[in-house]
Amino acid sequence: MSDENKVDLELDLKGLLCPLPMVKVSQNIGNVPVGGVIRAVATDPGAMADIPAWAKSTGNEVISAEKEGSEFVFLVKRVK
Amino acid sequence: MPDEVNEQKKLAMVVMSGDMDRLFGAFIIATGAAAMGMEVTMFFTFWGLRALKKNVRTGTSFFGKMLGLFYGGDISKSNPSKFSFGGMGRWMFRKMMGAHNVASLPELRDLAIQLGVNMYGCQMSMDVMEIPRESFVEGVKEPVGVGFFLMKAQEAEVQLFI
Repeated sequence: MSDENKVDLELDLKGLLCPLPMVKVSQNIGNVPVGGVIRAVATDPGAMADIPAWAKSTGNEVISAEKEGSEFVFLVKRVK
Repeated sequence: MPDEVNEQKKLAMVVMSGDMDRLFGAFIIATGAAAMGMEVTMFFTFWGLRALKKNVRTGTSFFGKMLGLFYGGDISKSNPSKFSFGGMGRWMFRKMMGAHNVASLPELRDLAIQLGVNMYGCQMSMDVMEIPRESFVEGVKEPVGVGFFLMKAQEAEVQLFI
């Protein structure tokens, strides 16, 4: 992982279902500085659609959203 | 940055139903919208009012007391619109949702308040059903009427009736 994607906050969203993964990301984005990155790990497949939609609506950025086994790993950057 | 994020989007929702399934829909959408940065207005009327209530007995007249007795309690007393079987359905769904780790209705409602969702009781249906403002949980706004809701609905990009 490049230095640019240094993780500022790890979020464990495993076991949470809609709408909680998105809500938790939203509640925690203020806890990283602008330009900071949250690494969130979810198990709800719906989060693959919801977290990018949340980022689009709020003006933040999903750097990556990847399925790793039964987990979904997101790198979310606070843009503003 | 896209310009659209500069102006806060709004959601205005009527919650007429007191059914468990519909309330789940209402609160999941409301908390999701709040998380996405939207300003959310929920207008609770008729059967929906119980979603705002504490577990207290209401009613002043005979009919009002009957209603308080048979449709009393709080949000956790809501039954599914189908598969109810006199409370069995509620129990079964609660078990199933617990097994799948879905947040409960009281949790979702309290999360909505915590996220700044604006919840209003409909004054007229509160009067008719004899459900006073004092029976509502903390965080519910002062009761309003349809004019207020329509103003909010006009300002909103998304309007829902549940």
